Amino acid sequence: MELFELTVHELHEKLKRKEVSSVEVTKAMLARIAATDATVNAFITVCPEAALASAAEADKRIAGKEMEILTGIPLALKDIFLTKGMRTTCASKILDSFVPPYDATSWLKLKNQGAVLLGKLNQDEFAMGSSCESSAFGPTRNPWNPECIPGGSSGGSAAAIAAQQAITTLGTDTGGSIRQPASHCGCVGLKPTYGRVSRYGVIAYASSLDQVGPVTRDVRDAAIMLGAVAGYDPLDSTSVERPVPDYLNSLQPDVKGLKIGLPKEYYIDGLHPDVKKALELAIETYRGMGAEFIDISLPHTDYAVACYYLIATAEASSNLARYDGVRFGHRTSESCGLNEMISRSRDEGFGAEVKRRIMLGTYALSSGYYDAYYIKAQKVRTLIMQDFLKAFEKVDVILTPVAPTPAFKIGEKSSDPLQMYLSDIFTIPVNLAGTCGISVPAGISKDGLPIGLQLIGKPFCEETIIRAGYAFEQATEWHTKKATL
Amino acid sequence: MEFQPVIGLEVHVQLKTNTKIFCGCSTQFGASPNSQTCPVCLGLPGALPVLNKKVVEYAIKAGLATHCNIAPRSVFARKNYFYPDLPKGYQISQYELPICEHGHLDIEVDGIGKRIGITRIHMEEDAGKLVHSDVPGLGSGSGVDLNRACTPLLEIVSEPDIRTADEAVAYLKKLHQIVVYLGICDGNMEEGSFRCDANVSVMPVGSDTFGTRTETKNVNSFRFVKQAIEYEIERQIEVIEEGGKIVQETRLFDPDSCTTRSMRGKEDAHDYRYFPDPDLVPLVISNDWVEDTRLGLPELPEAKLSRYQAELGLSLYDAEVLTASRELAEYYEEIIAAGSQAKAAANWVMGEVTRGLNDNGLAITACPVSPALLAELLALIDKGTISNKIAKTVFDEMWQSGKRPEEIVAEKGLVQVSDTGEIEKIIDEIMAANMGQVEEFRGGKEKVFGFFVGQVMRASKGKANPAVVNDLLLVKLKG
Repeated sequence: MELFELTVHELHEKLKRKEVSSVEVTKAMLARIAATDATVNAFITVCPEAALASAAEADKRIAGKEMEILTGIPLALKDIFLTKGMRTTCASKILDSFVPPYDATSWLKLKNQGAVLLGKLNQDEFAMGSSCESSAFGPTRNPWNPECIPGGSSGGSAAAIAAQQAITTLGTDTGGSIRQPASHCGCVGLKPTYGRVSRYGVIAYASSLDQVGPVTRDVRDAAIMLGAVAGYDPLDSTSVERPVPDYLNSLQPDVKGLKIGLPKEYYIDGLHPDVKKALELAIETYRGMGAEFIDISLPHTDYAVACYYLIATAEASSNLARYDGVRFGHRTSESCGLNEMISRSRDEGFGAEVKRRIMLGTYALSSGYYDAYYIKAQKVRTLIMQDFLKAFEKVDVILTPVAPTPAFKIGEKSSDPLQMYLSDIFTIPVNLAGTCGISVPAGISKDGLPIGLQLIGKPFCEETIIRAGYAFEQATEWHTKKATL
Repeated sequence: MEFQPVIGLEVHVQLKTNTKIFCGCSTQFGASPNSQTCPVCLGLPGALPVLNKKVVEYAIKAGLATHCNIAPRSVFARKNYFYPDLPKGYQISQYELPICEHGHLDIEVDGIGKRIGITRIHMEEDAGKLVHSDVPGLGSGSGVDLNRACTPLLEIVSEPDIRTADEAVAYLKKLHQIVVYLGICDGNMEEGSFRCDANVSVMPVGSDTFGTRTETKNVNSFRFVKQAIEYEIERQIEVIEEGGKIVQETRLFDPDSCTTRSMRGKEDAHDYRYFPDPDLVPLVISNDWVEDTRLGLPELPEAKLSRYQAELGLSLYDAEVLTASRELAEYYEEIIAAGSQAKAAANWVMGEVTRGLNDNGLAITACPVSPALLAELLALIDKGTISNKIAKTVFDEMWQSGKRPEEIVAEKGLVQVSDTGEIEKIIDEIMAANMGQVEEFRGGKEKVFGFFVGQVMRASKGKANPAVVNDLLLVKLKG
């Protein structure tokens, strides 16, 4: 087995036993990136010198027996995480030369453990998209089939895992941006409960929906990564002050008596036959392990996409106002007055999808429309939350598809935003409800593309979805399938 | 036609916290540009606001002092607009659910009392400022200084209950006095710690429908407020009388010409697209917090004013002068606490102390004579050790040297002479040297009595007890 194929826990053991050094693994990763990224385009920025320097530091820590679980592990971050001294673009031209003066809290926690940062990963511009096509740095390609999208917005995170360019990665999920690309690339993607992980230093798209989470090779790695980044942060008022459990304790292949809900609104006619088949097989697998299935209803599911595109764009229209060309980021080279300078800089700096969402959100908040759109959407959001809380009175987890279809072709939906928006129909409600979800590999389509299943848990019950995901992984072999580049 | 002006005021009070409202940067005035900034107040990507608890405490204080209801749950909202001094492209403020509502202030103009309603008080962050010249290395460009960005403000909005410029000034002075008394604002109007926007309209007397209003921005002294409002009332009446219409607009006061001019019209008005800030959770204030804060409130000027009259027996005038600032009142109260008589202490504070401060351009907090030492001085007068007149000399010496009054009296031999033998001797000498005047007195010209008092006091270098001098002189002159 090549070094770059290892999981976090496998590599940790090897490092601990001194079978390999962090510098050796880091070199192997950098070589793998160099060999594959012309095809995949998962990275916006690769930083070999910095990576090798931190790997050398990590090796010293390992020698000095100050090792933690992520010490010396080469990883990569979605380019939405601020990294002190390293360019952070959010895949936008408007930030193409932005070098942050501080680190995101989640990255700082990994850094303090001695993790090695290989570089920054591609994504949809400002995390707005489901295909990684809206990046100003060109689309990322799916390692399973380079003609296909890797999913989005954390497409680079999932593609880097599938292409074995990083041992582990972090992404962010606002409407499915971790789970959907994880599903399309055959990885594990975990979106924690809102407030579980600090958002400080993560470039905001939609503040009430954004959440940091891992994209990994298996469920154990997801548990390790969540444990490393979770917890209250005094710098983020929306992070929640409650203890972080040891998620490794949840890695039990035992779902006997687990009550799994199947929402009828998620098993629809439009579901791709391969996705449908994968889900049916998964249900059988769980049933075989002693899980109990209960039909449930999440009646407001139909309104979720509309609700999301009002709330997320409203918040985004305000969050993205700071990119005005005054203090940082792109400024137009045209010489003009103040207002024109601001609008030209934004016009030149933002891509089409970002502009579309800023306009949509600005409209939703405008006087005269605010009640009809933004307030109405907030009310719908409350109903969707209540749907989940009610369902969770009867079940422990909810099992659904991640996306209606496997990865589609690059360009296939980019001219039809509405079709693109509908590809997040199964993941968006989880963000609106503020609860947690995980995507676990559950099949391969006839065309050879991965298919994931989604397990949705109660708020702050990441342990339950980790246990259910781990049990499934132990009973199947989907997570061992690899893309051949 | 007679017109009735209608005025409402929006006051921005800069809070005297050490750090900013949403980050830990210093709020110190006058630092070099952008030296007091961090990712949060610079509005860098990924930065998030964290509410300063002190700001909430100060807002509760302001609310309680102005008889407002304190909301158990209030919400921060984003006010969206583009301007280079606004780093995030929105200002964090409060909109639909402010922290305080439904208060009032009682004012008095020409002896007539009036209650002015307070609609709301909310917390918000200040913007930075633009610098267009006088900045080395800036050349012809404009610079942005974000030291002030994220400084905590309270916006206090009055009901349109005010009818004259004088009422407006009385309201503002009262409000100013309260926030300074509470210790939540330094009250410095020149540095912009207390600034006012005035909403003015006029309507025909007897009408109950308000006219179209204009908003005059950033009037930063009591005098300017009066001038701006008076000008605006006059201008609006003139427009209407000439058959014109008032347009709703924002105007700017020009202190040089004492006029206002249009800044932007209604059509240029922003749609601020307020919505709840998703980065901040709703602010929940427990009843305990409110009640604890209420217990910690200082005695407010209104209460002091009546106490000084009722308990200390001061006149309304004296009580007003002494309660004008919290520091002056505290200085005065410390003298009383050290045992001095209320009236005597009041005379000294309003007399010698105030004169000394004015001559030296000092604030009461920098007064070189402490209340305790001033009380000692008053005790010496009381005991008859020194006269009121000598006490003034001693006070000057205390001001210069900081020494205790007893020490000065002893050093300079200023103890009052009440020894009749010693004084009699002086009187005899003076009478012997001025026989002519003695005869005049005895001939009925009683006015020369004053001359003898003066001579005796001079000869004793002011130390003779004036009462004893009076008594003895009268006896001796009458023969």
